[in-house]
Amino acid sequence: MAVAKAGIWDSTLFPAPGKVLENMIDGFRTGTIPMAISASLKRVCMGYGISLLIGVPLGILVARKQLFRDTIGALVSGLQALPSICWLPLALLWFGLNDKAILFVVVMGSLVSITIAVQDGVRNLPPGYVRAARTLGCKGLPMYTQVLLPASLPAILIAAKLGWAYAWRALMSGELLFVSIGLGHLLMMGRELADMSQVLSVMIVIIAIGLFTDKVIFGNAELQVRERFGLARA
Amino acid sequence: MIVAPPLEELSGTEVKLSIRGLSKKFKGSAGEVVALSNVSLDVRAGEFLILVGQSGCGKSTLLNIIGGLDSADSGSVLMDGRAVTLPGPDRAMVFQEGALFPWLTAVKNVEFGLTQIRVPKHERRDRALHYLNIVGLSKFSDACIHELSGGMRQRVAIARSLAVEPRVLLMDEPFSALDAQTREDLYIELQRIWESTGATILFVTHNVREAVTLGDRVVLLRRPAERGDSSIQSVFDVEIMRPRHIDDMDVARMAKQISLTMRHGHDKPEDLTRNEEQLDAPSLLRGFDSALDGRS
Repeated sequence: MAVAKAGIWDSTLFPAPGKVLENMIDGFRTGTIPMAISASLKRVCMGYGISLLIGVPLGILVARKQLFRDTIGALVSGLQALPSICWLPLALLWFGLNDKAILFVVVMGSLVSITIAVQDGVRNLPPGYVRAARTLGCKGLPMYTQVLLPASLPAILIAAKLGWAYAWRALMSGELLFVSIGLGHLLMMGRELADMSQVLSVMIVIIAIGLFTDKVIFGNAELQVRERFGLARA
Repeated sequence: MIVAPPLEELSGTEVKLSIRGLSKKFKGSAGEVVALSNVSLDVRAGEFLILVGQSGCGKSTLLNIIGGLDSADSGSVLMDGRAVTLPGPDRAMVFQEGALFPWLTAVKNVEFGLTQIRVPKHERRDRALHYLNIVGLSKFSDACIHELSGGMRQRVAIARSLAVEPRVLLMDEPFSALDAQTREDLYIELQRIWESTGATILFVTHNVREAVTLGDRVVLLRRPAERGDSSIQSVFDVEIMRPRHIDDMDVARMAKQISLTMRHGHDKPEDLTRNEEQLDAPSLLRGFDSALDGRS
């Protein structure tokens, strides 16, 4: 507030916190911010969900099977170097100007990181679990569903957290570049209308959603897993 | 106390597990290392057989091959006359540590094996509780693994392996990560479990005292000196009354003889007959060493 009052920057470029708050309340009252939040969350949940559904099994397979490691594993570590937003031009040409294109960008952003993190986790599992399971007669699919999957839960959780961060970022950059309803779009509109208080209030909303998922949703899940596995609390 | 010949042929009917000419080499950075050479051995039904030897003698490799977790270069493992190569619940194994599943409770860990051998769902819980009861842990059935002490965890591991009713129970240094007091309790416990279940047990340890406390027979393994030599140095019959305690005089005396054999690389009959009073200073020291061995 003091910085704003000092008048170093023009008030249109650096609005006072009160202005930002006012804009945010206004946005919630008129429904533009809730609408943008729900549109963005819907996209990210879908994209992130797809990434989890594919990424977790894929990560386990890449870690366990030489065939997958040589093919998909190599491909995935190569793709990691590519920022997800670079998929947008390709997505636009493939899917056209619609939600599918953004969804694709979100999936490409989080799927790669989830696959790699899960794979690392599974490869670092103590070999004792699999050996014990084998001498008890466990093999084939049950080895994956009853041993490898639950044993890698701590790693999967880390992968899920990482994947969420990537998905959220990918969505925001996608929405910024590609106009449709959503938080990124609202942010861009603020720029176009030179409404800095809107820009800032949307940024705060984006941070709040990111923090909420990280601390509340993942925080609780992590606590439960850590307790069950008897790991020290972080 | 009799030192049996290394290659022992038993009559066909009472043999549970038969090992024929097993050899295994590992390729390391320093070239080929012989892990196991020309091992032949029969395990009788209901026998408590111990494999003992210093590190690098191949005892764990031998157990892993029998368990199907490792493969031999040559030779075969016959279970009731049938060759086995892959792991299976007929040869369930108890490991040194860390093999329980922390995402399951104690009783669910025991149920895990029962699920694998397709025990009907409604029978699993009862059978799991029965085996937890055998190892004296019925009160802790719903405990998380990390809530249990090291000794309790090994009891759960034993219950988990016993529950699938293996034809031979394999144990790979199951007590070596425990403190001395817990270990002594488990020696008594394991002898009781063995007697009450009639299980055939193949037990690996580097601790000679432990071997004599638990075993009907102790198979001493060594790193073979020459190509073609057997990894089996000698086989000892332990005919001391049970339940044995690790501090029993007879146990200590026999452990010393095995330790001496282990150290000299060959059988020295004179050591087997010599009395305590006649020991000279160096052998006294060696005896002291072996007593320490037993406690380590």
